[in-house]
Amino acid sequence: MTEIRETYHDGVVKRLVQFSIIWAVLGMLVGVWIAAELIWPGLDLGQFWLSFGRLRPLHTNGIIFGFGVSALMATAFYSVQRTSNVPLFMPRLAWICCYGWQVVVLAGGLSLLAGWTSTKEYAELEWPFDIAITILWVCFAVVFFGTIATRRIKPIYVSNWFYGALIIVIAMLHIVNNLALPVSLNKSYSIYAGAQDAVVQWWYGHNAVGFLLTGGFLGMLYYFLPKQANQPIWSYRLSVISFWAFTYTYIWAGPHHLHYSSVPEWVQSLAMVMSLILLAPSWATMINGIMTVSKAWRKLRVDPAMKFIVLALAFYGLATFEGPMMAIRSVNIVSHFTDWTIGHVHSGALGWNAMITYGTFYFMVPRMMGRELHSVRLANIHFWMALAGTMLYVIAMWGAGISQGLLWLSVDSIGELSYSFNDVMASMVPYYGLRLIAGIIFLTGTILMAYNLFKTMWGRHTVSVSPPDIVDEIHGTAHMPEPEPDFDEGTGREVPA
Amino acid sequence: MKYHGVTLHRKLENNIGLLIFGILFVSSIGGLVQVLPSVFQESLSTATQNSHLYTAEELTGRDVYIQEGCHVCHTQQIRPLVAEVERYGPFSRADEFVYDRPFLWGSKRTGPDLHRVGGKYSDDWHRVHLLDPRSVVNNSIMPAYPWLAEKQANDMGDIQKKMRVLQKLGHPYSEEQIAVAVDEIDGLSQMDVLITYLQVLGTGLAEENR
Repeated sequence: MTEIRETYHDGVVKRLVQFSIIWAVLGMLVGVWIAAELIWPGLDLGQFWLSFGRLRPLHTNGIIFGFGVSALMATAFYSVQRTSNVPLFMPRLAWICCYGWQVVVLAGGLSLLAGWTSTKEYAELEWPFDIAITILWVCFAVVFFGTIATRRIKPIYVSNWFYGALIIVIAMLHIVNNLALPVSLNKSYSIYAGAQDAVVQWWYGHNAVGFLLTGGFLGMLYYFLPKQANQPIWSYRLSVISFWAFTYTYIWAGPHHLHYSSVPEWVQSLAMVMSLILLAPSWATMINGIMTVSKAWRKLRVDPAMKFIVLALAFYGLATFEGPMMAIRSVNIVSHFTDWTIGHVHSGALGWNAMITYGTFYFMVPRMMGRELHSVRLANIHFWMALAGTMLYVIAMWGAGISQGLLWLSVDSIGELSYSFNDVMASMVPYYGLRLIAGIIFLTGTILMAYNLFKTMWGRHTVSVSPPDIVDEIHGTAHMPEPEPDFDEGTGREVPA
Repeated sequence: MKYHGVTLHRKLENNIGLLIFGILFVSSIGGLVQVLPSVFQESLSTATQNSHLYTAEELTGRDVYIQEGCHVCHTQQIRPLVAEVERYGPFSRADEFVYDRPFLWGSKRTGPDLHRVGGKYSDDWHRVHLLDPRSVVNNSIMPAYPWLAEKQANDMGDIQKKMRVLQKLGHPYSEEQIAVAVDEIDGLSQMDVLITYLQVLGTGLAEENR
C-alpha cells in the first residue's frame, strides 16, 4: 500500500479512560462520605443536598454510569477496532458519545442532588435524562456495530458478542422501565403502578447488573485477559455456550429482589429457579478465564494488570455464587433488606467491576501512550490496597447483614420480638466503622492509580497504530493474540526485543 | 451432523445482523413470559376496598418523600413472616399499591419499614422527629430535615397538573377534587404534607383483612 495508512482512533479511548478515572474517584468519595454519614448523621451539615437520601443515588449513578459506562465505552472502542482490524466507524460520533455521556452524568448527578428522582434504583434520573441517554446509547450502538459491519476479519470475536448484548439489552430495559408520563421537566409518573411497577423495575434493575455490570465487563475480560496472558481463550465452545446461556437466563432472575412481597408467587419462584441455573453459565465463564491464565501464572508475579484481572475473575466467581444463594427464598428471608445485599453488591462492584477495569487500564494506557507505566511499584501497592479494601468491606457487611437479618427475625419462647429495631441499629456501629475504613483504603488505592495513569498519559498523544495488513479469514485467527515482549522478572519491566 | 451447532454459530458470528437479532430474541423471552403477564394481570392493578386514592395533600407529601429519598432507607413492604407482622403490622397486599406511581417498596431497611406507620405516632412526634431525630429516638442515624419546615408545599410543582396526569393513568380523581387541590395545600409546609402522607400510610387496609 502506498497511500497514508489509516490508524486506530485511540484518542477517544484515552479521553474516556480519563473521565472514567475521574468518576471513579468522585463516585467512591461520595461512597466514603455516605458511609461516614451512617455513623455520624450530622455530616450532612444541615444541607439538603448532602442528605443521605440524595447522595446515595448519586454514589450509585456516578459509579455505574460515570465510572462503569465510560470504562465500557473506552474498552469497547479499543477492542472492537483491534478485533475487526479497522478503525472506528464514524469516529466523530464516538467523540459526541464520549462528551455527551459525561454531560449527562454530570447534569444528571446535579439533578439528583436537587431532588429530581424517579426513585427506581439505577434508573433514578428523570425523563429528560432518560431521553438523552437513549440518544447517546444509539450513537454508541452505531459506532460499535458500524465498526463490526466494516470489519476486515470474518468472525466476530467473543468480546464483541458481550459488548453487543450490553448495548442491545440495556437499550430494551432502559426504554421499557422508564416509560412515564411527564408532569414537568423534573417530575413524571410511571405508567406502571404498585406491584406491576415493582416487577418491571426489578426486571430492569437486576439486568442492569446482568448486562451492564456483568455482561459488559465480561466483554472486557474476553479481550484483555487473553491479551494480557498472551494465550488464546481456553475453550471457544465453552464461551459460545456460556454466552447464550447467560443471555437467556439472566433476564428471568429479576423478581428474586421481590421474594415474599406482594407480587405473584409464581413470578418469585421462577426467578429463584432461574437464578440458581444462572450459576452454570457464570462459572463456565470463570473456568474458561482461569484455564486461559493457567499457562501464564508466572506473569502474576510481575504484572500488576494481570494481578487485577485474575483477582477480578475470582471475585466474579464469588459474587456469582453468592447471588444465586441469596436468591433462594429461605436464605433471602434473612438477607433481604439488610447490609448483606450491600456487601454482595460491593463484592461485585469493587472485586469484579473495579478490579477488572483497573487491570485493563493498566494494560491499555502504557500501550496507547507508547511508554512504560509511570510506576509498577505504585500499581502493586494499589493492588494490595484494592484487595484489602474489598475483603474488609465484604466481611464487615456480612457481619452487619447476617446479624441484622437474624436479630430482626428473632422471637422469644412466648413469641415476642427479642430485639427492638433500635437495638439492632445501634449494634451496627462497629461494622459500619470497618466498612468506612475499607472504603477509605479502596479509595486511596484508586487515587494512587489515578496519579500513576495520569502521570503516564501526561504531555503525550496516543501513538499511531495501524490495522495489520494481513486479512486472514481463517476461523479463530482473531482469537490469537499477537506475540508480546517478555517481562524481566526482577524489575517487572518489558525486555526490549 | 456432529458439528451442527458449531456451523449454526459460525453463521451467527459471521453476520452482525443475525447476531443482533439472536441477542434480542434470546434476551426477550424471559421478559415476554414472566414480566409481560404480570403487567397485564388485572388483579395487580384493580382497586379494591384496600386501595386508597391519595388526596392532593397526601400526593404532595408523597412527592416530598420521593424528593428527599426516604425510600433509600425505609421500605414499604411488610413480608408475611411472624416477626415482621409482629413488628410492623399486617403484611402488605398488592391491592394496597394500585395508586402507587412509582412503587416505593425500597430495597434496604436502614431504618424501619414504614408501610403501616400511619397512626402509630402523633403529628407532633413526627414533627420533632423530622427536625431532630435523636431527641426522640436514641441512637437514630436518620438525618434531620429542618428545611422541610421552611419550604412551601406549593413549590412541589403544579398539583392540578399532577392530578390530571394521574387521571390519564386511571386514577379516579373527580373534577371537584382537582379544582380544590390548590387551596388544599396552600399555606402548608413540605413537612406538613409529608406528615399527612406518613399518617395515611397503610391505613387503607380494610378491617376484615387486619
